[in-house]
Amino acid sequence: MLIQMFFWSLAAVLLGASIGVITSRNPVFSALYLVLAFFTSAVMWLLIEAEFLAVVLVLVYVGAVMVLFLFVVMMIDINTEELRKGFTRFAPVGGFVALVVAVELITVFLVRNSGLPVLSNPPPHPEGYSNTKELGAVLYTEHVYAFELASFILLLAIIAAIVLTMRKRPGLKVQNIARQVAVRRQDRVRLVSMEAEKD
Amino acid sequence: MTGIINSLWAIIEPYWNWLPTLIQDVIIVVLQIAPLLVVIILCVAYLTFWERKIIGWMQNRIGPNRVGPWGLFQPFADTIKLILKEVIVPRDANRFLFLIAPLLSISPALAAWAVVPLFPDFAIADVDAGLLYVLALTSLGVYGVIIAGWATNSKYAFLGAMRSAAQIVSYEIAMGFALVGVLMAGGSLNLGEIVAAQAGPDNSWFLLWLFPLFIVYFISGVAETNRAPFDVAEGESEIVAGFHVEYSGVAFAIFFLAEYANMILIAALTSVMFCGGWDSPFSGIAALEGSMLAAGGLHWLCIKVAFFLFCFLWLRATFPRYRYDQIMRLGWKVFIPVTIVWIFIEGGLALIGVGPWST
Repeated sequence: MLIQMFFWSLAAVLLGASIGVITSRNPVFSALYLVLAFFTSAVMWLLIEAEFLAVVLVLVYVGAVMVLFLFVVMMIDINTEELRKGFTRFAPVGGFVALVVAVELITVFLVRNSGLPVLSNPPPHPEGYSNTKELGAVLYTEHVYAFELASFILLLAIIAAIVLTMRKRPGLKVQNIARQVAVRRQDRVRLVSMEAEKD
Repeated sequence: MTGIINSLWAIIEPYWNWLPTLIQDVIIVVLQIAPLLVVIILCVAYLTFWERKIIGWMQNRIGPNRVGPWGLFQPFADTIKLILKEVIVPRDANRFLFLIAPLLSISPALAAWAVVPLFPDFAIADVDAGLLYVLALTSLGVYGVIIAGWATNSKYAFLGAMRSAAQIVSYEIAMGFALVGVLMAGGSLNLGEIVAAQAGPDNSWFLLWLFPLFIVYFISGVAETNRAPFDVAEGESEIVAGFHVEYSGVAFAIFFLAEYANMILIAALTSVMFCGGWDSPFSGIAALEGSMLAAGGLHWLCIKVAFFLFCFLWLRATFPRYRYDQIMRLGWKVFIPVTIVWIFIEGGLALIGVGPWST
């Protein structure tokens, strides 16, 4: 009962935040609404006992990815007029995608009510059950190849991003950090003893 | 004393039993949270005082000594002054975000305390993924800074926010890797179990075995809290006061509170994860058996936290501010490789059965 109440209020917040993402005029607000949406879904995952995934969602998406998103969105100057120009041109495509999604969602409800065997809720886990251990055990044994492949693709993306920014611009002034660190006092300052001067 | 408590309880008990269990649980948790909150806020107050005293002594000054004996009431004078001042919202600022930003920076700093094991077998919320929870919450603190910088609609504030965001995201990675080492050694994500793995007479604090990770974690913690020498987000000599340049009164006080609460939190986490938390360093010595010194408890955690807080102040009084590119270099090119190498060494040691994690 209490869990149901939690679920429905969270669902309301999540829906509101998602609508906010697409209706805000200011891209910064869209990004902030997205943060709220991520956070709310993390809390919903807690309700289905997926505490590891919930915390990781907050850690990765809210704590790192969205910070970088905000970083970029705050820096660039987005001209909304320019963006709105293509609206009529792309409206049919958008409408088609929306239709497909709507049909898919409605099918889910129809399947539930059409008498097909639907999985019931799994029984709650006993106390002391560790979500993290369970996930780790599956991830590193059964799905180890998929896991390694995913990490390899991510590594590739990191290296590609670095390579893209590694262009040499002529005339750029950069510090040689190793030389800066290696500097000793004798290279820069000289202690001199002077006679006192009078005038 | 116990007689009074018993007679009081006799009066309360019928009403207590009448309450539903859910409300009883809520009341118990609130009764645990409230004293902790009060203690943290008092610690913040006296940390500011202690900081000014220590920096004063290090610079051959006296420090605050006007209000009360030895200046001990100075924090209250400061607080009253800040509360009585007007909160000014700049004309072109986004009012809602401007006012909510300080709250966004204080709440993660306080919420993370829920999983910190305060004394043997006790934390307010003894959750399984405690370490991840702490990491997630400390990474949320950056939103307060970014939103404050953006909502202020001022170039200085915005520059401060951008610097802080880049810095926190960079150091988060090194911090996370250092914690991977801790969870490998402790064999658990639960902070209570991590402390329990270090406790005991053989004194296997992770400090010894994970020394590079400890150093990386603590320095990253200093960088995450935007403290000197990593305080480019404030940089009062370059960008006035950074993200909180337009804040005044209570709103500024909350930012201040958040910064110091974060310092206390990082100090507590460093002691929990590397220095045995509530464990006593003298627990194996026969001559001290049965005394306060040998018993683990809250007092040892407090001593360790106080030591790390002193290190924060010591660093601030000693080092000049880092240049921005050097901060990035230290985070990405020094700390991350060090942590990765040490994780591999730790794995190798575990494989050949050396170290406390082998048992």
